[in-house]
Amino acid sequence: MSEFFDLARVIDWVPFMVKGLWVTLLIAFLASVLGLFLGVALVVMSRHTITKRLASMYIDIFRGTPILLQLSIVYFALPQVLGVLLSLFGLDVSIHIGGLFAAILTFSLNSGAYISEIIRSGINSVDDGELEAAKALGVSKFYVYKDIILPKAIRVSFPSLMNELITLVKESSIVSVIGIQDLMRRQQIVSSQTFMYFEPLFVVGLVYYIVIKFLSKVGRKLEVKLAHD
Amino acid sequence: MIELKNIYKSYGDLSVLRDVSHTFHEGETVVIIGASGSGKSTFLRCINRLEEVDEGQIVIMGKHVKNYKQRDLALQVGMVFQGFHLFHHMTVLENVMYALVKVRKLGKEESRKRALQGLKSVGLSDKADVYPSKLSGGQKQRVAIARAMAMEPSIMLFDEPTSALDPEMVREVLKEIRKLSKTGLTNIIVTHEMGFAKEVADKVVFMDAGKIVEYGTPKEVFEHPKEVRTKEFLQHIL
Repeated sequence: MSEFFDLARVIDWVPFMVKGLWVTLLIAFLASVLGLFLGVALVVMSRHTITKRLASMYIDIFRGTPILLQLSIVYFALPQVLGVLLSLFGLDVSIHIGGLFAAILTFSLNSGAYISEIIRSGINSVDDGELEAAKALGVSKFYVYKDIILPKAIRVSFPSLMNELITLVKESSIVSVIGIQDLMRRQQIVSSQTFMYFEPLFVVGLVYYIVIKFLSKVGRKLEVKLAHD
Repeated sequence: MIELKNIYKSYGDLSVLRDVSHTFHEGETVVIIGASGSGKSTFLRCINRLEEVDEGQIVIMGKHVKNYKQRDLALQVGMVFQGFHLFHHMTVLENVMYALVKVRKLGKEESRKRALQGLKSVGLSDKADVYPSKLSGGQKQRVAIARAMAMEPSIMLFDEPTSALDPEMVREVLKEIRKLSKTGLTNIIVTHEMGFAKEVADKVVFMDAGKIVEYGTPKEVFEHPKEVRTKEFLQHIL
């Protein structure tokens, strides 16, 4: 007769499951860093008349469709599309996109769209007076962005950016559908091996919870540090 | 020398400057007075292209303002704002150094030396490493003056430099501007401080409803105004 809740029975599997944390964190951190670069690029693009439409289309599409769909397109459909494209040039190669690569790419592209919105609102918080003062001092647009707009925008958007990182940690759990062995996938493996669900889910859930608690604590500390003025 | 010829400027339907012409001579300190909404701030801001004129010409040192690069214009014309507009995330020293490094390209050490010199001349050497939020309004404005002056412009624009200050801080800021008025710099000052205007101005311009109504020495404008509107304005304010 099985127990209602018996952690002892999965204890041997715990190291295996916790190992998935590194995959989860790798995806979340890389995607947030790359997403930050992409987000900044999108904001810059959206401030120029020629590239403005392109940027807003991009943001619209990535925010307007589920990330599972985006991940599926990158992982399953992109090799097919690329294969067809390459065959047009007479290259007959079969293309395979690695799961981890697809995951990082998708989450970067996706969070870039969200991060650009976060940074945009940060930029709107920059005091017009400071921009005027910079102009009156003859500071070039590049330096205005780099030294006046971005530091302020990042400070103001920091809490939301931290939130985005936390969202990434949580949402990255869907990469299990393409077989990447993150926390979630490893729980599924353990469940299928042991025919137990609650205990592995509990372990994985606890790991997510602790990591996210930790990140939000660090976030709050940094926030205070950033707000020196 | 700054020549403004037939300047027009409007924001949508609101016409702010209507056919304004004026010449500022080198080394002069000119105070612009007038009621709120008379166009005096806009007039000032057109000089360094914070506002673009709709019509008319502005010529500084024989060259059209439109033909200046923003950088070259900034090296000629400095500006101090009503709201100080210091860079919040930079220390006082960094505020003063910043444009020296990035615009005048002086190099860090030289910029630092000049910035410290500038802070000394406004009496704020001890605040170099402090962030602007720790300063009083008067101190902020003195830093703003040091920041603008560090660029060694030949023309300084002051847009109501004391209007956002508590009365006891007005004096310390006016003291700095008074010093500058004796240096051969061309100063154009928009202010409501009539006593100060009388004292430092070589010339006074009175603006009303987007036009220059009266122009002359402080004595002429304050004591013997010719225009009715000038008289009315002075009666209100004095």
